[in-house]
Amino acid sequence: MKKGAFLVPVACAVLIAIAGPLMGNYASDFIVKVMILSIFALSLELLVGMTGLVSLGHAAFYGIGAYVTVLASGSEGGNVALLLPMAMGAAALYALFVGALSLRTRGVYFIMVTLAFAQMAFFVFHDTKVGGGSDGIYMYVRPALGALDLESRMVLFYVVLASLVFTYGLLALIRRSRFGAALAGIRVNEQRMRAAGFPVYGYKLAAFVLAGALAGLAGFLLASRDGVVNPELMAWHNSGEVLLMVILGGLGHLRGAVIGAIAFTLLKEIFSTHAVMGPLADHWQLTLGIAIIVFVAWLPKGLIGLVKRISPKEAA
Amino acid sequence: MDFGTFLVQCLNSVQYGLLLFLVASGLTLIFGIMGVINLAHGSFYMIGAYLAFSLAPLFGDQFLLMLVAGVVLAAIFGYLLEWAFFSYLYQRDHLQQVLMTYGLILVFEELRSILVGNDVHGVKVPAWLDGSFALGNVMSYPWYRLFASAACIVLAVGLYWVVNRTRLGMMIRAGASNRDMVRGLGIDVKRLYRIVFAAGVALAALAGMIAAPMSSVYPNMGASVLIICFVLVVIGGIGSITGALLASLLVGFVDTFGKVFFADLSGIGIYLLMAIVLIWKPEGLMGRRS
Repeated sequence: MKKGAFLVPVACAVLIAIAGPLMGNYASDFIVKVMILSIFALSLELLVGMTGLVSLGHAAFYGIGAYVTVLASGSEGGNVALLLPMAMGAAALYALFVGALSLRTRGVYFIMVTLAFAQMAFFVFHDTKVGGGSDGIYMYVRPALGALDLESRMVLFYVVLASLVFTYGLLALIRRSRFGAALAGIRVNEQRMRAAGFPVYGYKLAAFVLAGALAGLAGFLLASRDGVVNPELMAWHNSGEVLLMVILGGLGHLRGAVIGAIAFTLLKEIFSTHAVMGPLADHWQLTLGIAIIVFVAWLPKGLIGLVKRISPKEAA
Repeated sequence: MDFGTFLVQCLNSVQYGLLLFLVASGLTLIFGIMGVINLAHGSFYMIGAYLAFSLAPLFGDQFLLMLVAGVVLAAIFGYLLEWAFFSYLYQRDHLQQVLMTYGLILVFEELRSILVGNDVHGVKVPAWLDGSFALGNVMSYPWYRLFASAACIVLAVGLYWVVNRTRLGMMIRAGASNRDMVRGLGIDVKRLYRIVFAAGVALAALAGMIAAPMSSVYPNMGASVLIICFVLVVIGGIGSITGALLASLLVGFVDTFGKVFFADLSGIGIYLLMAIVLIWKPEGLMGRRS
């Protein structure tokens, strides 16, 4: 890793922290949304970019984190110190179940199995009354921890920012650790890692569970922001979108997941704004779909790749 | 549950399983031979159902003629789609195939919403297939469902025959195992792939058309059938047609009887089945360890 590689992310975090109170409701709301999605995308980057596991069911862990937050908070509102570990723990537990089974398959089968297990979680919440069925459920009072009350817009803003910094920092540390090196080895050549005596299955399962827990963190934050959850959170469109964010930004870079989350949210916002797109705004799925196809065709290395293509100096 | 109801549910299971097999065989054809993971395959099923909805009023009672017209349209559509998009996907990795076909789903879904709206529709059963077949007092079963099962069996046998007994099938199988060798023999691989892809699209669309009079035609039908197909490909095992058939019937039974006995939780029955198979045989029932 280059010296000063942390300079830009740290500067960005500080800038956002300073700018927080100066922003209007719309802007801060938008940034909170993007930061939550960045955490979600970063959690998937751990699987896709760092370990080479293409999961198409990551929304399940996000949704479970959100559902547990709402279900466990009760009418009086819940305690952050209790709800957060519960949300992350439940997501991690389901990830342990899904990972243990799906990691027995590989490649394209892994993609299908993760998608199918995410649909299973979707159906549990969609078809049963556990979480209010297809309508979802509301949270009456947002989680709090003493003065740390997520009901307050600014508190939520800083909690989400801190969570993003934590996730980014944790993954950056993992990348540089022995564990991260093993995951990179598995991505490049699984057979060789196995021959070298690494417990490959265990490493992959650990990465899968950790990614699930971090997605649960994003789900906790999302439920705290929206105050409502519904099964659509786990729908496979959400798994597709987060995968797209990771690729759109650039696979194999932590920055990529964040850049992808920003770019994707902006793109969706632009495509569904009447002032920009006119009557086409009602059909934003169409424009988004076309944009995805174009991006995949022309930018296989993501936006980071585009920057490198424009300024070859960066390539080194 | 009395014997008559049980029998009816068994027939329903077989019929649903056979229909799933038809969709899944198109998926395996495209994946097995071209190596493209195609998330948009469910959309072809949806397109078929909406084709039936749009064509039925034009053809009246000429149901078989309508199926033929629909299949021809779907095959042309598939041929053009392969030329425009999928032919660029063969050399890409799975990740990019997943994303590009995901983008295609969004496009198809939105085009559908623009062209026919988001309402749930029904398609009328043709008059000559209306009514039920009665077996004394034991049970009665709709003629149309019997027709659907018979049509799926004919198609499955036909597909088996084409793949295993004809020159085209021989080229397809050879192309699946060694593309370069087949090209070396002077066979136009590009055109061969285009035909196979068009056939896969046509099969899925045909399944959608056959299903339309039985289940309603609704916006999310593509996604749900795609995921069920994934489940049965995983259960059946890699590249095995027999496995796919076995898995389809198994899934048909689990889903149909799940709805009878556990109305609320019926949605997860097939996933539990998949989990059990993965624990027991990760390579699927008929799969070979790679």
